[in-house]
Amino acid sequence: MTQPAIVVLGNGQAGFQVAASLRDGGYDGEIVVLGDESHLPYHRPPLSKAYLLGSVEDAGLAMRPTAYYAEKRIDMRTNSRAKAIDRARKVVSLEDGSEIEYSHLVFAVGARNRPLPVPGADLGGVYFLRTLDEAHALRQRINTAKKVAVIGAGFIGLEFAAAANHSGAKVTVIDVLDRPMARALSPQMASIYTREHTKRGVDLLFNTQVAKLNGVNGQVQSVETTDGRVIEAELVVIGIGVIPNSEIAEAAGLEVRNGIVVNEHLLTSDPNISAIGDVAAHPNPFADGNYVRIESIQNASDQARAVAARLTGKAVAPYGAAPWFWSDQADLKLQIAGLTTGFDKIVLRGDPEGTSCAMYLFLGERLLGVETINRPGDHMTARRLLATRVTVTAEQAADESFDLKQLVQPAKA
Amino acid sequence: MPKITFVEPSGKQVEVDAPAGITLLQAAINNNIQGIVGECGGACQCATCHVYIEAPWTDTLPAVGDMEDAMLESTAADRLPTSRLGCEVEISSAMEGLVVHLPSKQF
Ligand SMILES: Cc1cc2nc3c(=O)[nH]c(=O)nc-3n(C[C@H](O)[C@H](O)[C@H](O)COP(=O)(O)OP(=O)(O)OC[C@H]3O[C@@H](n4cnc5c(N)ncnc54)[C@H](O)[C@@H]3O)c2cc1C
Ligand code: FES
Repeated sequence: MTQPAIVVLGNGQAGFQVAASLRDGGYDGEIVVLGDESHLPYHRPPLSKAYLLGSVEDAGLAMRPTAYYAEKRIDMRTNSRAKAIDRARKVVSLEDGSEIEYSHLVFAVGARNRPLPVPGADLGGVYFLRTLDEAHALRQRINTAKKVAVIGAGFIGLEFAAAANHSGAKVTVIDVLDRPMARALSPQMASIYTREHTKRGVDLLFNTQVAKLNGVNGQVQSVETTDGRVIEAELVVIGIGVIPNSEIAEAAGLEVRNGIVVNEHLLTSDPNISAIGDVAAHPNPFADGNYVRIESIQNASDQARAVAARLTGKAVAPYGAAPWFWSDQADLKLQIAGLTTGFDKIVLRGDPEGTSCAMYLFLGERLLGVETINRPGDHMTARRLLATRVTVTAEQAADESFDLKQLVQPAKA
Repeated sequence: MPKITFVEPSGKQVEVDAPAGITLLQAAINNNIQGIVGECGGACQCATCHVYIEAPWTDTLPAVGDMEDAMLESTAADRLPTSRLGCEVEISSAMEGLVVHLPSKQF
């Protein structure tokens, strides 16, 4: 009898990659990937960047053409939503009532938009930005909208704000915290973004909470803040973070704590179930072994490859890929290497008054990570410094004449 | 539409009609070419769309930008003078007959 399939729940970045890497890694059995959207796997990052501005079309977002899946014998299903799993029988039940047996199950279900719990959030003209369908709708509106409000000054909110500003709209960004990208970025780097977005004509309102959205005939007209300000907007984008899709795992008795909890091999407490990507709370060596949930392409892809390697009998080492991330806002290319929470010292390279600089973030003697704007060389070196765990001192980082690259690439004799 | 030939790692040659305006990465993905990944979706962040451009095209393509140059330092297969990132090369009608080799590895 043939073995049941490896079943992957979710066909986003992580779900696609685990299937592709299983096949490339020599797994010969059946692979079933369930996705609840109507699209084959596509790239999300351009949705808030090039796609909005029309420089990438729908076809350019596809990770692979349709023919790829048949050729690789990957049963890539769309419009197929998993409803529950039965761990004792090792089956997934779908919303259409069918069941699929698994030999191993991978949760790659990602996260969904966090709703804004205020009156009016369901008015027409109010959007979120996570899926291709949402981006498609926004792309229709972005060119004609004159007044745009963005609620949440995170990466996606600010990327959208920059795109709308570029398209000629008057854009106001509102956030409860005191600076942009507050959860992920140093205050020093954040202040550069405040300055640069302001310079380009975007209004940024910090320490400001939204009370409600006002509308006429079901269409949004303005955003009202708790301190009584009214910001006119015919188009509103909400980007206040995400909620991991961990309900199915939780209902099946798996541990859930800000995501599906996995060990250093990305396995849940059930040896037949792994979890990867945006939904996986995993111990990360770059966070001192603390459990983190990381929302990035790097994390989704590297975790997918790690699980595929384990399932094809290759991996032994605990997961520990160096984290990296990027965000494109206007002409500012932000790149982050490492996990920088808890840093206590910043060493600067370049000119923070301009738009090209690097900030090296240390905790004590240890380099936690590097934030850069338009300094790709520093970023790539940082990725390698972190991956190889080479010691960098604050003095070396501070000395612009010292080429940090030589620490990871010893000069050839 | 310019005709472009991709030479896969196995040596297999695939000639495709590629519309001007899309990138070499997109043309390769659309045609299911082996040996290219493009993990970051063309954002110049991953260097898994590394290609080698055959002479005489190496010198006639638009120059390598700063971002691309930094990423090319991190390719899995050796960086050669003919190296480019597929997502950074936009196809133009002048590229009729371009020959693009895929490296043996992207990771
Ligand atoms: C607009 C936008 C821009 C971004 N930009 C960047 C960037 O510049 N750089 C970067 O590093 N990262 C970026 N990210 C983050 C990155 O896209 C995510 O971290 C990554 O997609 C996570 O992959 P994933 O597979 O875990 O989840 P997802 O890609 O979200 O995929 C999960 C899929 O599973 C589906 N699903 C959920 N539940 C079920 C179910 N029960 N049954 C079937 N299917 C289900 C979901 O609908 C979804 O399609 C961006 C994200 C967004 C939304
Ligand atoms: S696709 Fe990632 S660098 Fe080209």
